[in-house]
Amino acid sequence: MISSASGSTVNKSKMISRRMFVMSIAKAAILVGIFGRLVSLQINESKKYRTLSDKNRFREWRLAPKRGVISDYFNKEIASNKKVYQLHITPENTQDIERLFVRLKSILNLSNEKVLALRRKIAKQKPWEPIIVSDNLTWSEFSRINLFLHELHGAEPLVSVARVYPQNSTSHVVGYVSQASVKDLEQKEYLREMSVTGISVGKTGLESKLDKDIIGEVGFQRYEVNAYGKRIRQIKLDKGKSGKNYRTTIDLEVQDFASKSLENVSGSVCVMDIYNGDIVTMASSPAYDPNAFVHGIDRKTWGKLLKHRDKPLINKAIAGLYPPGSTIKTLVALSSLENDVISPNLTVQCKGYIEFYGEKFHCWEKKGHGFMRMKDAIKRSCDIYFYEVARRLGVDRLSETAKKFGLGKKVLEGFKEERPGVVPNTKWKKKYIGKNWYLGETLHSGIGQGYFQTTPMQLCLMTAQLANGGYEIKPRLLAGSNKESNKLKEYIKYKNENPDSALPIDLLVANFNLNPLFKNQENINFVKDAMFASTNEPGGTSYRSRLKDKKFRFAGKTGSSQVKRFTIEQRKLEIKQKDLDYKDRDHALFIAFAPYENPKYAISVVIEHGGSGSSAAAPIAKKIIKKVLERDKLRESQISQTGKEI
Amino acid sequence: MFTSGSIQSSLSFKEKIYSIDYVLVVSILILGIVSMFAMYSTGRGTYDYHTQSHILRFIIFFSFFIAISFFQSKFWFQTAWGIYAIFFLLLLGVKYFGLTSSGSQRWINLYVINLQPSELMKIGLIMFLAKYYHRIPTNDVNKMKFLFLPIIALIAPALLVVSQPDLGTAVLIAAGGIIVAWLAGVRIKFFAYASIAFLSLAPIAISFLKPYQKIRILTFLNPDKDPLGAGYQIIQSKIAIGSGGFFGKGFLNGSQSYLDFLPEKHTDFIFTLFSEEFGFFGSIFILLLYYVIVSRIVKIGHITRSNFGKLYCYGFATAFFTYVVVNMGMVLGLLPIVGAPLPIMSYGGSSMLAIMFGLGVAMSFRIYRDVPVN
Repeated sequence: MISSASGSTVNKSKMISRRMFVMSIAKAAILVGIFGRLVSLQINESKKYRTLSDKNRFREWRLAPKRGVISDYFNKEIASNKKVYQLHITPENTQDIERLFVRLKSILNLSNEKVLALRRKIAKQKPWEPIIVSDNLTWSEFSRINLFLHELHGAEPLVSVARVYPQNSTSHVVGYVSQASVKDLEQKEYLREMSVTGISVGKTGLESKLDKDIIGEVGFQRYEVNAYGKRIRQIKLDKGKSGKNYRTTIDLEVQDFASKSLENVSGSVCVMDIYNGDIVTMASSPAYDPNAFVHGIDRKTWGKLLKHRDKPLINKAIAGLYPPGSTIKTLVALSSLENDVISPNLTVQCKGYIEFYGEKFHCWEKKGHGFMRMKDAIKRSCDIYFYEVARRLGVDRLSETAKKFGLGKKVLEGFKEERPGVVPNTKWKKKYIGKNWYLGETLHSGIGQGYFQTTPMQLCLMTAQLANGGYEIKPRLLAGSNKESNKLKEYIKYKNENPDSALPIDLLVANFNLNPLFKNQENINFVKDAMFASTNEPGGTSYRSRLKDKKFRFAGKTGSSQVKRFTIEQRKLEIKQKDLDYKDRDHALFIAFAPYENPKYAISVVIEHGGSGSSAAAPIAKKIIKKVLERDKLRESQISQTGKEI
Repeated sequence: MFTSGSIQSSLSFKEKIYSIDYVLVVSILILGIVSMFAMYSTGRGTYDYHTQSHILRFIIFFSFFIAISFFQSKFWFQTAWGIYAIFFLLLLGVKYFGLTSSGSQRWINLYVINLQPSELMKIGLIMFLAKYYHRIPTNDVNKMKFLFLPIIALIAPALLVVSQPDLGTAVLIAAGGIIVAWLAGVRIKFFAYASIAFLSLAPIAISFLKPYQKIRILTFLNPDKDPLGAGYQIIQSKIAIGSGGFFGKGFLNGSQSYLDFLPEKHTDFIFTLFSEEFGFFGSIFILLLYYVIVSRIVKIGHITRSNFGKLYCYGFATAFFTYVVVNMGMVLGLLPIVGAPLPIMSYGGSSMLAIMFGLGVAMSFRIYRDVPVN
């Protein structure tokens, strides 16, 4: 028994050891497996997992950069940044959010709807993410918050930076910024790259045109966060870079002055340097307060702006379209002379009306002007004379000249609100209206009516290019831009120093990089003379608005563009403009350059439904011309200061 | 037999002290100290409640381990079934008087501590089967009537634990039993039959599983399917271990655990935390410590003369190895997340008590290696 038992015990222990050996092999295999897994995770793929771990750890919050400053020609800021006082709430840090709202309501002017909106927002986000209660508190609100801060747990008053526009007069030049919309993000790649929620972007004007460079470079705050997304500590702070600053060609003082001159009327004023194209003034009336948009415009103000009869949001200088009226006569005359269609001595009798093709065409002077030559016809703005000129010239040659002088296309670059207008011709009508051209329409075009549509800026450019002797210029709003532009000023200086040796055209082009718009400069001078007569000789349409001082003497041309044609009855009744409905009154236009001797600036004034150019537009132009010329020396000195201009 | 009986009483205290396996004792001490640092790191460098009670438990249970090492191996043989019975009664007690925490009823309040009897049952079953197979002759092992009792002894506690529910511990209890049965010579074919039976019963068993348990198994099969939901733990654990790299992020610098990306970091995922902070070297160091511990227990099995001792030591060593491997496999994304603590390292009193108890019993087989148990 004992031996058998012990024998069995020995057998048993042998088997146990045998089986344990098998087990050990299995264990070794498993150990190798675990070792391999460790090698693969911690050595082979460690880089990948380190990245994943960092992705877990770090969250970045992007910081909106400071926008660049836009200033006028004399470095006065027209779009700057200011400190704003804001109030944020971090729901997590509040003890009782309902009580906090009640307290805030008594301290600030929080409406019930606003509180409701905030509550909805809080419900949507994590409790440690702050929400903005107000992004623009007044100083008194801000200090009251700070005074009661000890009982407002979770409320964080802080100071930030936002856009501010010191003047309303530049509202159309500068435009405004507002929170980026979905559409902005779709269209602008740089905005998507910045990906800062609620960043302000330029919506119109220079703010929109320069947005990409003026917006600055985005900064970021990198935080270490825990698994629930709560910020643990700040790892890195990059404040970004503020945007580029820009100096414009605008003279804020003239701009303000022009804007004031347009108070209570709807219209625009453009002033341009006739040599380098600097836009000294681009005023549109009524102006609006661009600051209203920065922190989100309220529905009421927005509705009011949209429904306003005079459309304050539209920049009338570049987006207002008007028939040029009699101001076009300068170009009709020039075109006919350039094309050798008629001589300035052609005499036409004005009886107040003329009949062509069985249709009656009226002159604005019902009694008629009598016998007219071209210069008189411009000076007194005789329609009958220009019907005849236009008839002989034809619309296609007229449109060619008009386009050469800048009508029918956009003047500025990058202003998406600008409109090109229309310079009609036979081809245009066929293409856009689908009908053949009537000869009667040529006559209407000859006095700037019919299909003609121009912006005040185009008329200003046209005037400038007549005034500078007929050379092409490129208008600009940014000081020192288009560097490779012509050397018109140098040429004028050269010409004044050597009055006797006129250079042939090809040398002009080669030495001064000029693009003459004329065949014979005498024709340009003829038109300029006629404009001078129109303002400075008795009987001229703007004689009453002349400036007698030789220093300020200017040459201009009035225009009144019909909004609605007179009916035969109205003509018979001799209805006055002021008796018509506001909407039916003529637009008043005036173009001019000054001073007459040695001209420097061109101006265009358009008063919507102002009646006649001579009574509504010319007097305003007169005041502004004086102002511009008074400041001319200052402007010149600014050029020599910075040195890089010309 | 008779001569050996006389050796038993002639062991002096000095001899007993000499015959302790100091390599094993020192390895466990080192592991304990390492676990204290790891626990300190879960508290983000503060000496918090977890760390304090872990250190206290380690000191108490380590002393307990040394103390019971001097119990005669004969004593364990005599009381093996009794111990099993007590643990089983405690398990039943859990069923009726147990404490419930986060959805499962695993603990019983013994006034001194809240005990988790399922952890103790891991050792209890091994002792029970070691004695059982010590007693029956080799020829009878594969006879039907001798298979009956082991199956009951294994399945009864496993079912009780599954119903708590605690699938992980149930699997580990069963694993211990199967290992001993295999060592005792139960034929492979019976294990094959058992697995077939189990697999055919699996659909029924699955219907008893809680929804979260089903999700865990599915998640293991494809953790990336729902990275923020059920697969989150596996993914975050892999990120933590992988990002540790060669040398680790440094003590107290484990961002994954510090920033709460790592779940259950002081219990099941303690190895992950250690791996993240000490890298590949740290992982290998831990693995090596466990290897030493397991192989020392196996060595005790080699030198002890009784089959009860061999069965127990081999069984316990292999089960211990299984616990380690299951936990590591889990946190390395090789096995589903079932809730298995890492011996000694993980926070948890019952687990530490059970392991120390098991180690103490094994050590007594070394001290009394030449003494027969019956």
